[in-house]
Amino acid sequence: MSQSLATVAYLGAAILFILSLGGLSNPETSRRGNLFGMIGMALAVLATVFGPRVTPSGMGWIVAALVAGGGIGLYAARVVKMTQMPELVALMHSLVGLAACLVGFASYVDTSIQYTGAEKVIHEVEIYVGILIGAVTFSGSLIAFGKLNGKIGGKPLLLPARHWLNLAALLIVIAFGREFVHAPTTAAGMTPLIVMTVIALLFGIHMVMAIGGADMPVVVSMLNSYSGWAAAATGFMLSNDLLIVTGALVGSSGAILSYIMCNAMNRNFISVIAGGFGSGGGAPAASGAAAEPQGEVVPVGAAETAEMLREAKSVIIVPGYGMAVAQAQHTVYEITKLLREKGVNVRFGIHPVAGRMPGHMNVLLAEAKVPYDIVMEMDEINEDFPDADVAMVIGANDIVNPAAQDDPASPIAGMPVLEVWKARTSIVMKRSMASGYAGVDNPLFYKDNNRMLFGDAKKMLDEVLTALRG
Amino acid sequence: MQQPSSVTESAAAAPRSQRIGVPREIFPGEKRVATVPEAVAKLVKLGFAVTVESGAGDAATISDDAYRAEGASVVPTAAELWAQSDIVFKVRPPTADEVGLMHEGQTLVGFIWPAQNPALMQQLAERKVTALAIDCLPRTLSRAQKMDALTSMAGVSGYRAVIEAANAFGRFFNGQITAAGKVPPAKVFIAGAGVAGLAAIGTAASLGAIVRANDTRAEVADQVVSLGGEFVKVDYEEEGSGGGGYAKVMSEGFQAAQRAMYAQQAREVDIIITTALIPGKPAPKLITAEMVQSMKPGSVIVDMAAEQGGNCELTVPGEAVVRHGVTIVGYTDLASRLSKQSSTLYATNLFRLTEELCKTKDGVIHVNMDDDAIRGLTVVKDGAVTWPAPPLKPAATPAPKPAAAPAAEKKGGHGHGSAAPMPAKTLAIVFAVAAVVFWLIGAYAPAAFLGHFTVFVLACFIGYMVVWNVTPALHTPLMSVTNAISSIIAIGALVQIAPPEAGMAGRPDGLIQWLAFAGIVLTAVNMFGGFAVTRRMLAMFRK
Repeated sequence: MSQSLATVAYLGAAILFILSLGGLSNPETSRRGNLFGMIGMALAVLATVFGPRVTPSGMGWIVAALVAGGGIGLYAARVVKMTQMPELVALMHSLVGLAACLVGFASYVDTSIQYTGAEKVIHEVEIYVGILIGAVTFSGSLIAFGKLNGKIGGKPLLLPARHWLNLAALLIVIAFGREFVHAPTTAAGMTPLIVMTVIALLFGIHMVMAIGGADMPVVVSMLNSYSGWAAAATGFMLSNDLLIVTGALVGSSGAILSYIMCNAMNRNFISVIAGGFGSGGGAPAASGAAAEPQGEVVPVGAAETAEMLREAKSVIIVPGYGMAVAQAQHTVYEITKLLREKGVNVRFGIHPVAGRMPGHMNVLLAEAKVPYDIVMEMDEINEDFPDADVAMVIGANDIVNPAAQDDPASPIAGMPVLEVWKARTSIVMKRSMASGYAGVDNPLFYKDNNRMLFGDAKKMLDEVLTALRG
Repeated sequence: MQQPSSVTESAAAAPRSQRIGVPREIFPGEKRVATVPEAVAKLVKLGFAVTVESGAGDAATISDDAYRAEGASVVPTAAELWAQSDIVFKVRPPTADEVGLMHEGQTLVGFIWPAQNPALMQQLAERKVTALAIDCLPRTLSRAQKMDALTSMAGVSGYRAVIEAANAFGRFFNGQITAAGKVPPAKVFIAGAGVAGLAAIGTAASLGAIVRANDTRAEVADQVVSLGGEFVKVDYEEEGSGGGGYAKVMSEGFQAAQRAMYAQQAREVDIIITTALIPGKPAPKLITAEMVQSMKPGSVIVDMAAEQGGNCELTVPGEAVVRHGVTIVGYTDLASRLSKQSSTLYATNLFRLTEELCKTKDGVIHVNMDDDAIRGLTVVKDGAVTWPAPPLKPAATPAPKPAAAPAAEKKGGHGHGSAAPMPAKTLAIVFAVAAVVFWLIGAYAPAAFLGHFTVFVLACFIGYMVVWNVTPALHTPLMSVTNAISSIIAIGALVQIAPPEAGMAGRPDGLIQWLAFAGIVLTAVNMFGGFAVTRRMLAMFRK
């Protein structure tokens, strides 16, 4: 295959990737979008393998690598549980980051193409930046993975003077970058390159460690964006337009996605990109205490809950991470089905950041076969709460916290929330009175029209279901 | 015990509390009355004084004493009642004589049917009164349901239609196996599953009949089934929802298929109850003379649309007639025939309306024209004709499509934290910074780099445009697919594993090959795993 043919194939692949992302913005076209992505990827890989840059001697290596990696990937995709999806995605980001590092190093030690003057400088800067982003993505994603599956605690780790540490790291990276670019030989450049890689890895760890578990959705999306930039940087270093285009697509779409989510949580986008996100994490202890909610918590049992649901005309269910943890989505759907058969109008209200990943709840409800036309977004359903008889909150806390609206001192002040307290009765299912990830107490629990159903979401919902059937 | 004290209290607090008058209905055969003693008590609690014309409730078996017991005063003549009332509750539209008794500033509440009664509207306007037509209530407002007298009257009529049918029908409704032999259950077909139709379905099913029903609006099928009926489909695809929960006129092809279905049902069933109405039009002729002929002798048709001309060609409005051995009931006063029940429901509807009119609970109504529900039913305001009311805001659109459109728009707005364009100052700064950056790049970078840079910047913009309007529900699959796509970095590794330059002096082939190999393995995990996981997720999204 000639160079021109390969280039044309790359162009086709790039178009398919754009169509793929476009298709994914709507449920109707999403499956086709995924298919476009697969075709594009196959086209790109085949065009490369049979293109002028790969000689037949490499075929065996390539096939072996693809079979090994592909097998692992397909196996992981098959066995992963839907609730573990965020972890899997985070882990996969780390692979892209690591691959970017490896390609960068390989490119640096490759002396077969000689650059001179400005081209040499640019090429080396590209390598340096590519490895930097790749390393940050790699270690950051690993930490995100650990936080998401609970191997690392969700609480933000805040080193003293961490902003200065970050700044120092940046300065060191720039200083070594100068040295790297001016290095006379490949061997001489290797030292600054390795030092930078280590600093980048540490920076990635530090950045994600400083972010609270509740904010992981944004972090995962942000790392997704980083992995795209890493691919784009690799494209620059190898002068490969397809890598640049695709990397830029992934990078910018990931950034936009993070931005959309930040807006939904009323956070500042810049502070996320720079890390140090959730810096208010230390404050709630102080400011939260000032607004300690007063009142009585009224606990109810499963039978009473079933009674309230049966008598309701309109029910809105607000799922949160608790539903995911307890794997309760199927029971939720059973209850929904039962109530709908009895003519109760059941809908779901999904907060944009419910769960540990954007759209987490939608995926779980879809897995349980809840029809997506009764699953509403926050903006769509918020004004319907006053008409609802029962609002059932399953394992969610911060996203239904009225303090976000009422209490300017609250750490989550200004974050849009689902106004469940406006329903005639709200029922909150929780394991205990512990506060949510943001560490804020929830005045909702103390409201007159609120009832608490304590216990594991799955177990309690099973009991509610039995009571409803009885 | 508390009632008398609350009366005196409110009377003392608001000396100008208004008087609600309820005259006797003078329309021939009308047995309903606009309020009942239970509602009187509630109205008095709201601070109103209530006067009832003597004998108003007689036809509904409510005595004057029953009204008095709940705090109403009773006057002997209509003239007296109209003269002293500030508000008059009626059932039927007022006659010309009754309008003659009205005085300026009076408020009339009742059925008015402004479209059918232009002369009445004119007279009301001349009298400089305010008229609230309960039939003009915007029915799609869920808030208005408690005041919806059309619905409550239709429910009563539907029930009564079945009772009339049972009365005219010579057999049991339910199937029985007795010592005297086996009795098959009656088969009832109900055309139109609106409120009246649904009430008829429920009543007939509870009597034990086999009930079938049809409606041009496919979405009511579930409601039919929920009441114990069987939904009979017309074998033709067309969506029949018009505005306001009514059906619309259907196409030729549909009507032909519908006729065939009705003809078949006519041959099979014992009782047909028709409720098909299209607002502002004569009732559709669903049952032809031939269909009546094809029915078994002794069958019954109850035509609930008789007042609008009837759904059956042979209907005589207001009468029960026998044609081809089939009794065709065309009564137009079904609700009135259940006068106690319909009066009670109607009185409650009017009480709920009064509550809405008198939020202050001080016995004085306030016709708030900013309230969608009140605006809709106010047809004459202080002598000015205010009918028809402007259409409701899209929030209450009943059809599924228009409802979906604003939702979609909202979705578009989601995430655009700043839907408004950037302030000019910020925009200028952004452009200035971009210009400086571009100038620096242009001044120092070699041409080859610029080509790549162009591609890079444009691709960033495409990514931004493509993703901006993503549905939040798809965030996870989108992220997963972008993750899979980012394994494009495999290409970087692929071109390094065995390039034509391999074997050149000084190139550490082995090292590069191993690095590239590891790179391919890692990205392959991501590539295959990412797409497979996305596929798995998307397969779950279904309607």
